[in-house]
Amino acid sequence: MTGYVLRRAGGALIVLFLLSVLVYLLFYVAPGDPATLACGPRCNAEQIRQVREQLNLGEPLPTQYLHFLQGIVAGRDYSTGTGVLHCPAPCFGLSYRNDQPVTELLAARLPVTASLAFGAMVLWLLLGVGTGLLSALRRGGITERVLTVLTLAGTATPVFITGLLLLMIFCAALQWLPFPSYVPLSEDPEQWAWNLLLPWTTLALLESAKYARLTRSSTLETLAEDHIRTFRAYGVRERSVIGRHALRGALPPVIALNAVDLGTMFGGAMLTETLFGLPGLGQLLVQSVRTVDLPVVVAAVLGIGAAVVLANAVADVLYALADRRVALR
Amino acid sequence: MTAALVEVRDLTVTFPAGDAPGTPGTGVRAVDGLSFTLAPGRALGIVGESGSGKSTVAAALLDLHRGTGARVEGTVRVDGLDVLTAPEPRLRRLRGGTAAMIFQDPLSSLDPYYAVGDQIAEVYRVHRPDASRRTARARAVAALDRVGIADAARRARARPHEFSGGMRQRALIAMALACAPRLMIADEPTTALDVTVQAQILDLLHDLRAETGMGLILVTHDLGVVAGGVDDVLVMRAGRAVEHGPVGEVLGAPRAPYTKDLLAAVPRIDAVRGGAGEPPAPPVPRTAPSAPSGPSGPVPGEVLLEATGLRREFGRRGSRTTAVQDVSLTVRAGETVGLVGESGSGKTTVGRMLVRLLDPTAGTLRYRGRDIGRLGERELRPLRGELQMVFQDPVSSLNPRRTIGESVADPLRAAGELDDAGIGRRARELLERVGLDPAWYHRYPHEFSGGQRQRVGIARALAPSPRLLICDEPVSALDVTTQAQVIALLGELRRELGLAMVFIAHDLAVVRAVSDRVAVMRAGRIVEEGPVDTVYDHPRHPYTQGLLAAVPVLDPRVAADRRALRGAAAQETRPPSLSAT
Repeated sequence: MTGYVLRRAGGALIVLFLLSVLVYLLFYVAPGDPATLACGPRCNAEQIRQVREQLNLGEPLPTQYLHFLQGIVAGRDYSTGTGVLHCPAPCFGLSYRNDQPVTELLAARLPVTASLAFGAMVLWLLLGVGTGLLSALRRGGITERVLTVLTLAGTATPVFITGLLLLMIFCAALQWLPFPSYVPLSEDPEQWAWNLLLPWTTLALLESAKYARLTRSSTLETLAEDHIRTFRAYGVRERSVIGRHALRGALPPVIALNAVDLGTMFGGAMLTETLFGLPGLGQLLVQSVRTVDLPVVVAAVLGIGAAVVLANAVADVLYALADRRVALR
Repeated sequence: MTAALVEVRDLTVTFPAGDAPGTPGTGVRAVDGLSFTLAPGRALGIVGESGSGKSTVAAALLDLHRGTGARVEGTVRVDGLDVLTAPEPRLRRLRGGTAAMIFQDPLSSLDPYYAVGDQIAEVYRVHRPDASRRTARARAVAALDRVGIADAARRARARPHEFSGGMRQRALIAMALACAPRLMIADEPTTALDVTVQAQILDLLHDLRAETGMGLILVTHDLGVVAGGVDDVLVMRAGRAVEHGPVGEVLGAPRAPYTKDLLAAVPRIDAVRGGAGEPPAPPVPRTAPSAPSGPSGPVPGEVLLEATGLRREFGRRGSRTTAVQDVSLTVRAGETVGLVGESGSGKTTVGRMLVRLLDPTAGTLRYRGRDIGRLGERELRPLRGELQMVFQDPVSSLNPRRTIGESVADPLRAAGELDDAGIGRRARELLERVGLDPAWYHRYPHEFSGGQRQRVGIARALAPSPRLLICDEPVSALDVTTQAQVIALLGELRRELGLAMVFIAHDLAVVRAVSDRVAVMRAGRIVEEGPVDTVYDHPRHPYTQGLLAAVPVLDPRVAADRRALRGAAAQETRPPSLSAT
């Protein structure tokens, strides 16, 4: 098991390294002069030259990349003209816009995205797994039909439409909920939850149909297995047969898919964050792309990549823990 | 006296027909007006071929059909309870408490996610709600111990996949024992097991019955399994009872023609060749085409295939296992070599290496004097047609999306010698040769029975005019009567075409019926080889002796003697008995 985790971690590092090379190349080789971008629109030629020196843009590309890696591992110093700014490891450079270390920018956004992702996960699991179970066990019931239509509609509708509709209904028309703005969990848990309720619902509606389908097919498959028949033939109550045995067999694939989705959520919630004005990673990435703030974009893409890679590894380990027959090697 | 433990009267079970929802009243009548009784402590065997309705009867005893859409009519009384009309809670008390059932496939009959002991304890607590968790666990360990699981306290914490097939079936029996039922219903309890393990499980059931006085209903397709284990036999066919009586009478002097046919079709391990309806060719003299009588050996004919020191390993470094080692085998023209062994003995691996479906890790393989063990695929191709294979599972070895005619024509097309018309003509000839109507050329595999599908598989193997046919468990998925027909077909083909065969099977009786020579495999090695009669009548290796002693016999008295012998041998290893609560 430990060996497996180590090997998976090694694999994940290699993927992230390749991703970093690719992203670095993509942005620094792309048209547009980084020095001009970093300096801003009102710089003259002399200022641009200075910036180019500060950023070591005169060096060959591999050297620049090595400096970039060195910054991540060990930290890096930047001269600001008047003094030296130390950027501690992991350093992804300084934002072109305000010379803040990129790491700080990202760290400030992370709690927002994490709140959004985990909360949405709880909702989509409740809605998706619940709908799936209902449709596996009581097919044709009115609740099941309503939930199935709801989840399907949620998946079929783009996030910005669902989100806007929810905003119009619950914030504008009915005024049951505040227009979302982020309140840190540590400050006021109640306000945190109230403000995030609509973004959570939006994402949960998008994801839940997938879980409903998976739970349904997985439960039906387990119910058809021989060991379910064994427990029925031994007088075990139907409730226990389903709760203890059928559900237990149906859950591993759901858990694994969920881990992957959670990882994707860290990067994929851009639309939702932007729509609801939540200052998360996705929103930061959108803004940075718009203003061509290259160091931030590179770091954000790498961070999202890391989340996806990590989530996949976690999904495999969780699956193996849930189903001991799966050999980890 | 109305003290019957089981009383079944006019039982009829109808399954709704899947394809015809618009036609009310139709359906598949799996059981048709069946009646029987079982006195307390007695054992009844229900025997029949697949589709006879025997498992449906077993399930009806616990009304497992409830809620499945099947229509169950008649009355079923178990220990005085009218099962079919009993309310749900009362029925649950019966299930496992009064009558416990064990199933065919021990691999899938236990929940893979929970420890074996916990599953038994769960069932125990269902029927003894006042028992504490600790009591239930102790009870589970005691039950596992009783059924012969060594180190039961520790093994109770293992999950089913950590058990072997035989141990899983023991665990399932332990679950059945946990609540000290008055009746045990065993539905094909040994079909998935090796013959030595089967003997152990049957002995266990017999001992438990003697010890606890419970009744037993043993459902099986295997007449040999019934002979040793029950008092009465009920032979079923197409949902009806064909014959019902004491086991000695039914098996010894059957009255119903169907029972006679069934018994005649069972290959006998102790009989001379010919148990399979028609004798599949005498061993000598062989009609080997234009082959002069060989100077020595029982079979004249040229050496076709010669394997020396074959070895095969699987897996990568670290987790490498050796499936086959040091296997040497010679097959002469026109001769049939049997390869017997239990599951995991490596017999299939050997068969696949002989036709180079698997590459040997080491060893040499010569075909008519030419080394083919190392030939590349391109050089091997012209020889592929001469070495053909018939597979075990006729369902999955035919492409379900191709008609049977196309499947048979495929090897002809690959050979590229005939034009389209010629291929079609030859494929139809082949279908006819194996006893199928050539007009079925355009039908798909799902339209055929298991035996017919295996005939298609044989026709396909014959298409490239092979000299050697490797048959890997060709009849083990078939009912005895179908099995006998397919064996007879293989014998005919062998005689007419002068085919050499390697016949791989776990069933010792089948191998005896078809082979000239036999090799016994165990753990990847051949432990004994020789002329078939010598090996079967005077086995030298202890493993062969054990295998032969474990084969069920049809004579109930002989079966009882053999069980006594096995019991005496295992006396000292018997665990302490589990007192019936």
